[in-house]
Amino acid sequence: MSANTIASPRSGGIKYNRNKGSGSNFEMAAWLFMRLSGVVLVVLIFGHLFVNLMVGEGIHAIDFGFVAGKWASPFWQVWDLAMLWLAMLHGTNGVRTIINDYAERDGTRMTLKTVLYIASAVIIVLGTLVIFTFDPCPAGAVIDLPSFCPAP
Amino acid sequence: MWSWVGHRVTGVVIFFFLLVHVLDTSLVRVSPEAYTAVIGAYKNPIMGLGEAGLVAAIVFHAFNGLRIIAVDFWKNGPKYQRQLLWGVLALWAVTMIPFLIRHLSIVFGGH
Ligand code: HEM
Repeated sequence: MSANTIASPRSGGIKYNRNKGSGSNFEMAAWLFMRLSGVVLVVLIFGHLFVNLMVGEGIHAIDFGFVAGKWASPFWQVWDLAMLWLAMLHGTNGVRTIINDYAERDGTRMTLKTVLYIASAVIIVLGTLVIFTFDPCPAGAVIDLPSFCPAP
Repeated sequence: MWSWVGHRVTGVVIFFFLLVHVLDTSLVRVSPEAYTAVIGAYKNPIMGLGEAGLVAAIVFHAFNGLRIIAVDFWKNGPKYQRQLLWGVLALWAVTMIPFLIRHLSIVFGGH
């Protein structure tokens, strides 16, 4: 019998039916970011929950003075700022993935993602401004001020 | 499969809570009265249970997220993914039990 030679699998070079794309690494970067931010967020969030809910009187201690006392220190300002940005970017990217998975119509997908990006941008900008423009002893305030404020 | 569903659901829940949580915290910029009044709502027992559920979701998402990272980056990760899931559930229980004892006794402790 004459040998019917069959080309060994994939010997002719592989033709994947994929688009060449723009050569952008965005999805790869996003994938890596989800993992890096996740590791850092474990520390930031567990620390946040421990200090705010477990120490002292726990949630009962939280009032204006509690927040003012924390943000008087650059340490907690930086902590909360990092937590805000990382959690928002991580959460936004996660929800983007979910929208891409379930919203099949192009229009629906675009609309949902536009709403997502606007909402996230508003929250990140608002949160950042609040951390940096915060006044622990606002003029005219009388209740729940931290102890370091001058007597009204 | 179910760990993936759990990870996805907890991720979305945490995300929506975070949007609200940044908004309520922003009230410190309005006035001490506004902030203290709204944050007071977090202290009633019903909300206390909600917080417990939220922390349970975050702790699961965090530990399972570390498991995903281990499966992706550690060479034996995929082989041990099932054992890692048991590890996640065990760590979750070990974290949640003391948390619940402390938090619920604060919430229901009457102050
Ligand atoms: C506590 C530390 C956290 C860790 C270790 C963590 C880890 C992860 C990992 C590894 C992924 C998978 C990403 C992928 O498959 O490419 C993920 C997805 C996700 N995370 Fe987190 N995360 C954390 C906190 C958060 C927070 C605070 C939020 C909300 C603001 C969040 C929301 C999400 C969402 C919505 C997804 C997408 C789920 C999906 O695609 O099924 N995560 N997280």
